[in-house]
Amino acid sequence: MKPTRLNACGDWVLDRFPVTKFWNEHMAHYYAPKNFNFWYFFGSLALLVLVNQIITGILLTMNYKPDAKLAFDSIEYIMRDVPWGWLVRYMHSTGASAFFIVIYLHMFRGIMYGSFKHPRELIWIFGMLLFVALMAEAFMGYLLPWGQMSYWGAQVIISLFSAIPVIGDDLSLWIRGDYVIADATLNRFFAFHVIAVPLVLVMLVFMHIVALHEVGSNNPDGIEIKESKDPWGHPVDGIPFHPYYTVKDIVGVAVFLLFFATVIFYMPEMGGYFLEHANFIPADPMKTPEHIAPVWYFTPFYSVLRAIPDKFAGVIAMGGSIVVLFLLPWLDRCPVKSIRYRGGIFKKALFLFVVSFIALGYLGTQPVTPVATILARLFTTIYFGFFLLMPIYTRWEKTKPVPKSLTKDHSLEEQLHAIEEQIPAFIDEITEIKPVATEIGHPAFKSSFFNRRPNPVGIKNVATRLAKKLIESLD
Amino acid sequence: MNNKGVDKSKRQFLTSALTVVGAVGSGYLAIPFLAQMQPSVKAMAAGAPVEVDISKIETGQLIRVAWRGKPVWILNRTPEVLATLKTLDSELRDPLSNESDQPPSSKNPGRSIKPEIFVAVGLCTHLGCSPTFRPEIAPNDLGEQWKGGFFCPCHGSWFDLAGRVYRGVPAPSNLEIPPYRYITDTRIIVGEASEEKKA
Repeated sequence: MKPTRLNACGDWVLDRFPVTKFWNEHMAHYYAPKNFNFWYFFGSLALLVLVNQIITGILLTMNYKPDAKLAFDSIEYIMRDVPWGWLVRYMHSTGASAFFIVIYLHMFRGIMYGSFKHPRELIWIFGMLLFVALMAEAFMGYLLPWGQMSYWGAQVIISLFSAIPVIGDDLSLWIRGDYVIADATLNRFFAFHVIAVPLVLVMLVFMHIVALHEVGSNNPDGIEIKESKDPWGHPVDGIPFHPYYTVKDIVGVAVFLLFFATVIFYMPEMGGYFLEHANFIPADPMKTPEHIAPVWYFTPFYSVLRAIPDKFAGVIAMGGSIVVLFLLPWLDRCPVKSIRYRGGIFKKALFLFVVSFIALGYLGTQPVTPVATILARLFTTIYFGFFLLMPIYTRWEKTKPVPKSLTKDHSLEEQLHAIEEQIPAFIDEITEIKPVATEIGHPAFKSSFFNRRPNPVGIKNVATRLAKKLIESLD
Repeated sequence: MNNKGVDKSKRQFLTSALTVVGAVGSGYLAIPFLAQMQPSVKAMAAGAPVEVDISKIETGQLIRVAWRGKPVWILNRTPEVLATLKTLDSELRDPLSNESDQPPSSKNPGRSIKPEIFVAVGLCTHLGCSPTFRPEIAPNDLGEQWKGGFFCPCHGSWFDLAGRVYRGVPAPSNLEIPPYRYITDTRIIVGEASEEKKA
């Protein structure tokens, strides 16, 4: 075919900028394990939410005023007077909570299937850095509406730094830029929230994905697909990311957007969990609200802080509850990755961890009472127990054998052929020849197939054999 | 033209020298970048003293004034409260305020210059929430142990009505007492220490 002008134009670009090469490396020729399940939606969803936050965030900055005197009113102005401002603002505020939902599920997937283990330790570390950057981003963004919760939440979190011995007070003064949370604090948090941390986030996402595509994705069976390759050098258990997983992820996106839109349009405040009630009152430095709690995604860590009856130790424990997550690749000594082949003790420990994480999250939203404090201490102990005892209990684990590959060695054609060969024998077994051969009827019906009738004994034998196989496969 | 080949040690020296000079330069540049996040001159100048008329505060009443952007409480304590304060020492972490922040004139069990008038910065020494004023005795939500005081809703720290912290709560020390002095019997000035000889 004669090259058209358009082709020539495309080639001119490709010679200078390798779009196709990049596309192939990361999409069309990037082989991902073929057994991805539900839990593998959340990585791409996190990317979607990041894009949502960036776009709606840019739109919000066009009307927001980072000034202690104007900030609260400018948010109300966006909500009431800016065309579609309410939608953009609710997309951004709901997006923040959605970000943490998908990230928590994404992290849980990693723990469940051992995606943090050798050789993916760095992917986990980059991911944890992303999580910390995301928490900083969310925290600083929450100050911007300059409501009561914004103000007192920031007051508490910045005071955490003052617990550090020697440099603490100067450090928190430096962060605030004033002796209390004030205009200077709001202005700098705006700068961090809008440009500094998003740049870090995008860079870390890039590193997270580059590291992932270097070693390849883990999967629900926790096997290394690169270990068995077909004659063309592609992993036997792999399929190209595009189109297989791009299409799959679109399904995930559609379902996600359904939930996302429902929250935006019908329950943007989510009963005070996504947007807290006290934040509809302008910041008042003279008076703390009766009950202050951080937004739901910080509450598990906040509970840990509250559980410890000592300022410095509380701050250390809260920091420690995040730091232990970084150490996960070295705490878990079990060579088996996926929970499918791991021992019961890990399954039980993981269950207890999830329960304590959710319980700590709930307790963090509730006022302090003596009972709640005791429960928070109990769950904090379980939380840390899960990580710190891990080097011990993962060594005792009775694991199951992990398959080498998801695919049997035969090609599909060979398998079909083998099945085809077995059909006559199979028919012989489950049927028997009718005692009286039919002489009447069309000659086409005179084949041996129509001279047979079901044989109860044969069917029973086959059924027993299948049942035995089923029981074996379950063991 | 030198044909003896490359002198690697010379290259190494130049690389090291450039690295060191570059690092020093970056270090110097970091100082203004980091220091510009310190409180500005304007913010530092804003901490002017505040004069308060205390003649209108009824017995048992608490008023709040802003000083350096912080809430400052002025409480007129009842004789019953002053009597209760003396019985609490065993439940407190620092009853004599040895490890707490106050001007010397307020370093006494009642933590005030005049026993009945209590002045304190209304921010919890734990993480800076403003505790609530709960003078009632044994309310339902705080339990039998409560003898009147300040309760921090954020993390559940307890203070008595002299701002002294109880044991077993997250706050590490007693509430901060700001420097203040009496101009007359009914007027105080917050932000100036009482010992200071004004020039």
